[in-house]
Amino acid sequence: MEDEALTTRRRFLSRVSLALSGLAGAVVGVPILAYLLSPLLEPAPDQWRDVGLVENFRVGETVEVAYDDQSPLPWAGQTARTAVWLRRSNETDFSAFSINCTHLGCPVNWRADAQLFLCPCHGGVYYADGSVAGGPPPRSLNQLPVRVTDDQRVQVLPRPLTQTISRA
Amino acid sequence: MMKAIVYWLDDRIGFSTTFKPLIEHPVPPTGWDYTLGSAALIAFTVQVVTGVALAFSYVPTPDHAYESLDFITHDAILGNIVRGVHFWGASAMVLLVCAHAAQVFLIGAFKFPREVNWLSGTLLLVFTFGMAFTGQLLRWNQDAYWAVVVGASQAARAPLIGDFLTGILFAGNQVGGATLTRFYATHVFMIPAIIFGLLGLHLYLVIRHGVSEPPVPGVRVDRLTYRQRYEELIHKIGVPFWPDAGWKDVVFALAVGSIVLILAAVLGPRDLGNKADPTVIQAYPRPDWYFLWYFALLALIPAGIEDWFIIGFPLVLGVLFVILPFIAPFGERSPRRRPWAVGVVLVTAFSIGALVEYGSNAPWSPDLSTLTLPPSVTQGLTASQLQGAQSFQQRGCINCHTIAGVGGQRGPELTHIGTSLSSNELTWRILNGGRNMPAYGTTLSPQELANLVDFLGTRTR
Repeated sequence: MEDEALTTRRRFLSRVSLALSGLAGAVVGVPILAYLLSPLLEPAPDQWRDVGLVENFRVGETVEVAYDDQSPLPWAGQTARTAVWLRRSNETDFSAFSINCTHLGCPVNWRADAQLFLCPCHGGVYYADGSVAGGPPPRSLNQLPVRVTDDQRVQVLPRPLTQTISRA
Repeated sequence: MMKAIVYWLDDRIGFSTTFKPLIEHPVPPTGWDYTLGSAALIAFTVQVVTGVALAFSYVPTPDHAYESLDFITHDAILGNIVRGVHFWGASAMVLLVCAHAAQVFLIGAFKFPREVNWLSGTLLLVFTFGMAFTGQLLRWNQDAYWAVVVGASQAARAPLIGDFLTGILFAGNQVGGATLTRFYATHVFMIPAIIFGLLGLHLYLVIRHGVSEPPVPGVRVDRLTYRQRYEELIHKIGVPFWPDAGWKDVVFALAVGSIVLILAAVLGPRDLGNKADPTVIQAYPRPDWYFLWYFALLALIPAGIEDWFIIGFPLVLGVLFVILPFIAPFGERSPRRRPWAVGVVLVTAFSIGALVEYGSNAPWSPDLSTLTLPPSVTQGLTASQLQGAQSFQQRGCINCHTIAGVGGQRGPELTHIGTSLSSNELTWRILNGGRNMPAYGTTLSPQELANLVDFLGTRTR
């Protein structure tokens, strides 16, 4: 009888100790986990970025323009910047092509003479309108929203890299 | 006096009662192939020591990481040696861990009762590659930046959780201020801590189950008899690990260490390349050799199965490693009686070697440098043919097609294309493209096209 009481008592103490330790772990662990995941939880602000005046771009040309990404941190240095291929198709219309190949995200190079985007990683090729011309890319280059303001400035809306590399 | 102090220390610490039996535990007489695991352990130790040393100067922020490495490599006294040993030591560790896994697989040492030895070793292999991936990123050069993007692009293909995984890799929705510090913390704190823990388990299990005896053809592992047979074997021919077996480990580790040191001193660490800058598109991203084979594999698989492959390949590989000791826990251990095991190792080693070689040439990629046709090709051409040769260079043809040894290897070689295709066929192909060839219908003027075809027509045998 005595032994059984002792066994029960020990089992109880062991379980209480384990439960308390687990609780302590959760109390410490949950805030740490939330802190680590916080960059994923905060939505990035939508902010149009100026990339130049309309008159700076020639019709039919595609050029690289750089701007700050959506949520640059003060110590991000050059990696706070990002770029798109901006094409002026006519007097009023612009297209902004993501620099990221839709295959695995490598930076596509615009070859004006060949009128092609070439990817240096696995040989993806795109036409001037961003459609696939050859190689492994599964679909056209992603496009970013672009607009012309009333005072003739061209603006690009930065998109998360997570969107420009993954399937839309 | 000295003796008294040593005696006192030994009594209080318990070296000769607790630790001495461990390092002198009886092992079967083994060959040089048993030194791979301990050499991997030493390589890890070297990585920890040189890594700590590097951390004394390395600044893990995107705006200074590259500069601090530049300082370590070029200005700090012996900095290039420390970085060199860390770089070549990483290669040594990857090679040794893989070789150790291959050897354990070949001699069937993963079988009963050492299944958990194998599983903990599998995790150590995974985390070694985790160290390799996170380590190459800390250079924060163009290769590093684009390696994160390429890695994330693969994670993005995962169903349902793809976006979440990319977010985790980037630490947000961009490669930016938060990314590098996370890879740094992962590389220097998290994964090493996990490796230390797993190593503890791995080594404890070696003591618990004993070092596997060199396999003898015809002697089968059986659940009921193995442990007793092992006991008897150790009783009969066992020798103390230290120093009877350990001296070989020391000699082999020293040899590996010497090679690493010589490579570090003579060749130095990997060149830093250009600083990470997402706005400099003229990048030519390539991973270090331990991922180059996979990089090459991703270029070679058919586009149709890509989505399945990118997610399926690592998954299937992982599952195979985990189920191995459970689908083949008993039976023959000797590689002489397990020809398929030998075959798997040989095919894997050969494939990886070939893919690394293939990946370093990357013939599937256009040659993006400025290329000029050799004079032997342009000699004696008419004015219009010369115009065509000009277009061949300017319009990007040469970046994919080789003529007389100059040009990319993406498309077919055109040195003798004039012999195999008529001018009508050439015109049709250039206008319409096909498979991986872009259509040039809207890019070339009729005159330019005629000149180009005229030029290609001169390329006969």
